[in-house]
Amino acid sequence: MTRESRWCSELQESLFTKSREGVSGYKLPSWTGAPVTVNLPEGSLRQNECDLPSISEPEVMRHFTALSTLNHHIERGMYPLGSCTMKYNPRMNERVAALPGFSSLHPEQDVEDIQGMLEALYILQDMLCEITGFSDCCLQPAAGAHGEFLGMQVIRAFHLANGNDNRDEVLIPDSAHGTNPASVVVTGMKPVTIKSGADGRIDLEVLRAACNENTAGIMITNPSTLGLFEKDIVEISKIIHEAGGRLYMDGANMNAIMGKSRPADMGFDVIHLNLHKTFSTPHGGGGPGSGPICVTEELAPFLPAPIIVEEDGQFELTSYQEQRPSVHPYFGNVGICIRALTYILRCGGNGLTRVSEIAVLNANYIKAELSGVLDIDHSEDCLHEFVATGKQWKEKFGVRTLDVAKRLLDYGMHAPTVYFPLIVDEALMIEPTETESLESLKLFIAAIKSIREEAENNPELLHNAPVSTPVGRMDETKAARQPDLSWMGPCNCG
Amino acid sequence: MPYIPHTEAEISEMLQAIGVSNVDELFAAIPENCKFTGNLELPDTLSEEEVTRLMSGLAARNQGQSDYISFMGGGVYDSIIPAAIDAIISRSEFLTAYTPYQPEVSQGTLQAIYEWQTFITRLTGLDVSNASMYDGSTALVEGVSMALAKTRRQTVLLPETLNPRWAKVLNTSFEGRGYKVLTYGVEENGTADIASLKDLLEDSVGAVVLQNPNYLGVVEKVDEIAAVVKESKALLVAAVNPVSLPMLKPPAEYGAAVAVGEAQPFGIPTSWGGPLLGFLSCTDALKRQIPGRVVGRTTDTNDRDGYVLTLQTREQHIRREKASSNICSNQGLNALRATVFMSILGKEGLNTMAENNHLRCQALIRGLEEIPGIELPFGTSVYNEFVLRLPVEAKLFTKFARECGILAGIELSGFAGCSNKDLLVAVTEKRNHADIELFTDIVRDFMEGTL
Repeated sequence: MTRESRWCSELQESLFTKSREGVSGYKLPSWTGAPVTVNLPEGSLRQNECDLPSISEPEVMRHFTALSTLNHHIERGMYPLGSCTMKYNPRMNERVAALPGFSSLHPEQDVEDIQGMLEALYILQDMLCEITGFSDCCLQPAAGAHGEFLGMQVIRAFHLANGNDNRDEVLIPDSAHGTNPASVVVTGMKPVTIKSGADGRIDLEVLRAACNENTAGIMITNPSTLGLFEKDIVEISKIIHEAGGRLYMDGANMNAIMGKSRPADMGFDVIHLNLHKTFSTPHGGGGPGSGPICVTEELAPFLPAPIIVEEDGQFELTSYQEQRPSVHPYFGNVGICIRALTYILRCGGNGLTRVSEIAVLNANYIKAELSGVLDIDHSEDCLHEFVATGKQWKEKFGVRTLDVAKRLLDYGMHAPTVYFPLIVDEALMIEPTETESLESLKLFIAAIKSIREEAENNPELLHNAPVSTPVGRMDETKAARQPDLSWMGPCNCG
Repeated sequence: MPYIPHTEAEISEMLQAIGVSNVDELFAAIPENCKFTGNLELPDTLSEEEVTRLMSGLAARNQGQSDYISFMGGGVYDSIIPAAIDAIISRSEFLTAYTPYQPEVSQGTLQAIYEWQTFITRLTGLDVSNASMYDGSTALVEGVSMALAKTRRQTVLLPETLNPRWAKVLNTSFEGRGYKVLTYGVEENGTADIASLKDLLEDSVGAVVLQNPNYLGVVEKVDEIAAVVKESKALLVAAVNPVSLPMLKPPAEYGAAVAVGEAQPFGIPTSWGGPLLGFLSCTDALKRQIPGRVVGRTTDTNDRDGYVLTLQTREQHIRREKASSNICSNQGLNALRATVFMSILGKEGLNTMAENNHLRCQALIRGLEEIPGIELPFGTSVYNEFVLRLPVEAKLFTKFARECGILAGIELSGFAGCSNKDLLVAVTEKRNHADIELFTDIVRDFMEGTL
């Protein structure tokens, strides 16, 4: 049932070597008016001609199509990437976002011309609030980390408005995403790491001890990066609120709990959502994503401008110049928001609940089938993802988690998230999402079992993996020590 | 349910394998006091056709730049988008791929980013580019942060003529970090006030920003600004329109250490202002301060050339609270759009585009100069954008123009000494002779009706 998956793709020469002098460029609209001359101050023109390539359109298409065949992608095979929620990206989302009524709008147009856009975004904000239980939403953040920054900025602004300038310590569990502490730092606050308990969850005693008059709040991923629900979250919320802090939820794992539990009801004050995870918008090889935040009524006055206001079915936009922050020049990655709205409408409330149920079912099925093959960390109660450790394989067979991950590439699947969370040795973090069929899960399980046998009988195979991909393991040390970050050769030399 | 491939029989098989009797049991870890027992107040599942109709209905209530002839800019422009771009970026190999952390199965994305980096370094003349930023404003924030980190200084000087929306994002970003943001002035002709820059350029200044062309459309005295900055300890951060770079003096030629900007005009729909595409490039000396992702070329175990994400020790997933930035994504697919755009236009196309933006803007200015009663307060030495001063409130004119099928520009009230009679007008390579004649005719009609 499982076998190596062969790639039939050729590596490509740099685009810049494919240039030939004299190839004419793309034709731009011509000018039929009277001739006009350049009118610029002396010394404002470029001195050295810009060395750009000349390549015909058919050759450009062939180049990028050839490059595309070197990529793994969702429509080729599974991405069991923990915390990344690599689900199917519905094609209809793309078609809707490309409608000229959305895609051709200029961000400075009069509100009369954009009533449909304002209504769409207003509806999306409402829906995200309904899903999370909060009262207000801001769509400006362009990515998850951008949402974290804004969310922490909102908490800081709240404390400052209450005269609590001293509150600048943000508690962060040691299982958190690396962006959490980094986002705290860029708001000018200080991250304080708190050690997880033996069960992988927040230890209430450690938490109590960490709280003081400088506590600004806490950042919690729930379910955590171990796939575990913070069972004591209501108590945690009480402790933090009593200490004067506010609770931030990293919503990266929202795909596990839609319709099952709402962050506002747990006692959170802010959440960011990753529309490119839970709400099916494409990752695009690393963006554009979207990281809206939802907040409680108490924190709503600190959200950025502009804000959409509705009155009798007519939509207005407040000025961006009012005394509020901004993290984006306009309204955020609205093209991504339109895709997410399309997805939510398609699924409906019942559909989203089903999404979380099947996501959790898929993860638990893999976990059940692999127990005994891999050592699962904190094995009870995992929701949409779980973390396994490759520690025993390393000790017994001398293969590392990295080798296992690389070998999976030979089976036509992407690697899981590895070496994260940091608190688990040789971690493999596995999240299948709800859009993987049972057949696909079985292929993954069989691949892991087969790799387990290879590890025992032929560990070299794993050390050398991958062998079937367009390139093998890359020399990353060389890449970092002698950085080659752009093509230095002249055009037209190839 | 949409996009869920399971049959009921399969679900039963899976539940059995797990050892539970129903799906609800899998959520047992959620304590009772956190369980959401109601139903989400959202509509029920709809078919693709029904959702398409709903969303098309909302789209139909908007009038965009496909309905009007647009002269709006201010950082986001109505530019040509070759059909080939959509064909490439809708390939699932690019569209649905993850961040290229596994280089063995991501060479397509990685090489495309390397080619983007190459284009950006060639346009700016600087040594290094990253894999892209969210948009021009966040690229500016990161560019300034780099300069402040490198110089270990706390103050940045911004020009009064900087895109006001970018200035606002920068102020929000720097609010908590203890950085001081000061503004140097503008002369009557719309260029930087060098004396005011000199006055502010104290030892604590680590970064000076210039925008060229500036938000008034005026081409800046880049050499003069650079000469002043060179005498200080600060680094020069240039915010530039990449469309202009094959023609105007690029940042490296006047000694900028960092160049940032908005690359939306390179094949990206305006989409009500997002997603956009920021770029950031810098000198070699600053490469270890660069934020976000960077792709490098290296070799594999069989000595084949290939690409990887590199210099990752700066990044948040390794450095956590010590990272140079909290950025962990780029605008991958939009960077690909721009890379395909620049490849297809090529040298000739990009040179022509740079020139046409300027020439068509000049053609409109020639036409307007003949109309009595209006003014061009900052002159005509502009790149592809200029300020038009009307004798009455600009919004009366934009309303009139909209009724005639034209988006006339952005009202500048309160910006850099402008009043509510000032309008920022942009002309791109897409505007033809008829569009430009229509604009001047409308101004003439409006003036006749007004005076």
